[in-house]
Amino acid sequence: MAKLQDILAKVEHAYFSPGKPLAKFHPLFEATDTFLFTPASVTKGTTHVRDALDLKRMMMIVVIALMPCILMAMYNTGLQANLALDPAKLAKLEGWRHAIIGAAGIGYDPRSILACLFHGALYFLPMYVVTMAVGGTWEVIFAIVRKHEVNEGFFVTGMLFPLILPAATPLWQVALAISFGVVVGKEVFGGTGMNFLNPALVARAFLFFAYPAEMSGDKVWVAMDGALAVDGWSGATALGTLRAAGESFPQAMQGLSWKNAFLGIEPGSMGETSALACLIGAVILIVTRIGSWRTMAAVCVGTVAMSLLLNAIGSKTNPWFAIPFWWHMVLGGWAFGMVFMATDPVTSPFTEKGKWIYGFGIGALVVLVRVVNPAYPECMMLVILFMNVMAPLIDFPIVKANIKRRAARGGSHGGS
Amino acid sequence: MSATTIFGKNERKALIGPILTNNPIGVQVLGICSALAVTTRVDKALVMTAGVLLVTMLANVAVSLVRNHTPGSIRIIVQLAIIASLVIVFDQVLKATLYELSLELSVFVGLIITNCIVMGRAEGYAMQNPPLASALDGIGNGLGYGIVLIATAFLRELLGAGKVLGFTILPLVKDGGWYVPNGLMLLAPSGLFIIAGLIWLLRTVKPELQEKD
Repeated sequence: MAKLQDILAKVEHAYFSPGKPLAKFHPLFEATDTFLFTPASVTKGTTHVRDALDLKRMMMIVVIALMPCILMAMYNTGLQANLALDPAKLAKLEGWRHAIIGAAGIGYDPRSILACLFHGALYFLPMYVVTMAVGGTWEVIFAIVRKHEVNEGFFVTGMLFPLILPAATPLWQVALAISFGVVVGKEVFGGTGMNFLNPALVARAFLFFAYPAEMSGDKVWVAMDGALAVDGWSGATALGTLRAAGESFPQAMQGLSWKNAFLGIEPGSMGETSALACLIGAVILIVTRIGSWRTMAAVCVGTVAMSLLLNAIGSKTNPWFAIPFWWHMVLGGWAFGMVFMATDPVTSPFTEKGKWIYGFGIGALVVLVRVVNPAYPECMMLVILFMNVMAPLIDFPIVKANIKRRAARGGSHGGS
Repeated sequence: MSATTIFGKNERKALIGPILTNNPIGVQVLGICSALAVTTRVDKALVMTAGVLLVTMLANVAVSLVRNHTPGSIRIIVQLAIIASLVIVFDQVLKATLYELSLELSVFVGLIITNCIVMGRAEGYAMQNPPLASALDGIGNGLGYGIVLIATAFLRELLGAGKVLGFTILPLVKDGGWYVPNGLMLLAPSGLFIIAGLIWLLRTVKPELQEKD
């Protein structure tokens, strides 16, 4: 390792230090250097943070916490596609993905975990690569123009974004949306730490409004051409089915059991279907204290409270009123949004009381919108964005009250 | 102010300034509401530009002509009466000649009365300057407004519907072409994104416009 460090130091001296030919691209060098080694720089002012947990380590823990969701995303994407495929129409499959599957001789057996993982990976990985390449390019461009370091925040954004996309999203839309998310959602406001909206959700919302045909309905959630599917197959999500069917609650689930919804064996955006995978991620985030348990707990409380309220009110015409909270928690993007989106430290309130209000707002609103607004069955994204906007407003009175209380306690000198 | 030349430095500044360095939308940040609402298509933006340009110019001239006879305490009412009369005339002409378009522009033509640019120029410029310079200032501001409006509308119509002024530029997938229209461009927020982008661009090209904080 010492040798590698030596090489890096020489490269920096020869090319990237001020006045050398590639000095402009120093952020790129810096990113590689600190990815491999702990930076040697120390704070020079009077305030010090003495913690090994810098931004880079923090982001890597989030990525680790996402691993169960990523595996599940690949498995379930493949599983749903393989389940939908009519074996009799196998010969009609075309495209590079099927060429690869054919060449590898893996096949389309929905009972084989390997076949499902492989098929799903052929959808997830290209989206991930496109997200990282395009979004990363924007990060580097802004880092060079603004002469700051490349931020690690994008590792998480780049991981989250493909996970909240439907499997059938075209890659050019992925590229366009992540450009919008990074530039308008983050860089416009000054980059990592300055954004008040979650960039991954901004990118997703962009797609939702710009290309609704590819982001909603029952054709997009499973990566399989409807013409090649078995008879009677529907690719709608549970939330979509319930909205369209207009039946009463348990029948409208069309055979989807709570257990399968919890495990994530259902159509949906790639990484969000499995509440179990999100739960594992939540444990990792809470144990390492990266994600706020207060926010997550508050989302749960909000969801339970609003569901019970709506259950009690009831409705003869709208079956949604009858859905119990344990179903709300396993459907749509609820679990994924709560664990990985609501807890984003930059876009949620900074005060602890604020986190309770913010989380409760998300939990209650998501149930309310799902139940009473037919236009947005999958509304977790929009609700979190809405509460992101509210976060500074939530913090403001709490901070003011703190200052007031401390001033009163400390007399005219103010608190310390 | 020099009286020796008719088209002197002041007049040129009044005409050219608002087009870029003192752009009413990009720098003064006036008239944003109509810029978000009427920029889904280029033809709407053109008509709106014509309306604002004419009204601003004529209102400036009229306000400037009576500026020395207007008591300070009622000057806003005088300005409003002049502007409102002009807008009503423009609205009627539009209804007589381009009826369909006037229906689509609906309230926004009437709302030129409250467009901050018109009132702002009358109060901020015409009240202190002679008629010719005021007329040029009105034209300049109308053009500055129009450039941003038309650029925004151009992008929105092109990306949102694949067309410009109704002519197909990017053939849509549903008509057998290759372009998938961006639905966001037809919603009002995209007007904000584009105008904010233009303001960002303008301030990057001309750093002297950035406020010191």
